[in-house]
Amino acid sequence: MTAQVITVTSGKGGVGKTTAVANLANALAMDGKKVVCIDGDIGLRNLDVVMGLENRIVYDIVDVIEGRCKLKQAMIRDKHYPDMYLIPAAQTRDKNAVSPSDMIRICNDLRADSDFVIIDSPAGIERGFRNSIAAADRVLVVTNPEVSAVRDADRVVGILEAEEKGSPRLIINRLNPALVRNNDMLSAEDVLDLLGIQLIGVVPEDESVIIGSNRGAPVVTDGKSRAGLAFRNIAKRLQGIEVPFLDLDQQSGLWGAIQRLTGRK
Amino acid sequence: MNFFTRKKSASSAKERLQLVLVHDRTDLTPAQLESLKDDLIKAISNYIEIDPDAVQIGLEREGREQRLVADIPLRSVSRHRAG
Repeated sequence: MTAQVITVTSGKGGVGKTTAVANLANALAMDGKKVVCIDGDIGLRNLDVVMGLENRIVYDIVDVIEGRCKLKQAMIRDKHYPDMYLIPAAQTRDKNAVSPSDMIRICNDLRADSDFVIIDSPAGIERGFRNSIAAADRVLVVTNPEVSAVRDADRVVGILEAEEKGSPRLIINRLNPALVRNNDMLSAEDVLDLLGIQLIGVVPEDESVIIGSNRGAPVVTDGKSRAGLAFRNIAKRLQGIEVPFLDLDQQSGLWGAIQRLTGRK
Repeated sequence: MNFFTRKKSASSAKERLQLVLVHDRTDLTPAQLESLKDDLIKAISNYIEIDPDAVQIGLEREGREQRLVADIPLRSVSRHRAG
């Protein structure tokens, strides 16, 4: 085995990076892959609560770097998928505790024994972001169809190109199909045209995402959720499986039926 | 088409972003672009007669590529030749 190292980043905060990491990791684990997640947000640890593993933390990534424990000891095994692990961020205030070469070394140690290493990058374009992209084979940029998120995503894409990290793939998160139909939200096509990079998935806005985070059980495990399905599809694409993009435009209920009848979509 | 043809917010979001991204990517402010235009007019005028007021310069984008596009109408030079 030699793992693919994937970094999830965004520029702007709050667009759904951590949620995306937790969901993609779960979806890959559901497909039988061995996955290690790394929380790259030193000082603002979060991936542990979203994954429901906060009570199991003994050691963190800074403990590994500073030699207080072995890498294996800092890998927290998931409750449901024995082949999924989390390496938590430290809650220390010293952001310089981790360097790009530390990240490269840790990822190289993980490569031999896993299928995917997924790094949750902090928001911004500073040290934590640089650390998070240092080891990446592939970068996913998460954005929302909203002016500030798209602008920041563009900055990040520019930096990744300058760093010769290759062209990242885009996740458009929290798209509201009803608003897009009403021309009050940028469409996926608009965002793609603006950013000029390739799409890997569009995730519709979905209340069950928050419910999943509340429970520490990411939404991919909910078979009925549209957002869950979108994340499962992205996980398939990461494995090189071609999956058609979801038709987010399909409307249900009476209004949808009327619109289909009158040919107004 | 819609009966209510009010311009929807998505189009203004896209138009505004198109402009902002071009300037973000090139790190060039509208004021710098204006001074580049003045320098360009000066340099070109050393060789050929142009109409400074008609010069248009702007940034365009195609995918992730930026392009500086200038439209520089020349003053007719045929008369000089004939003379």
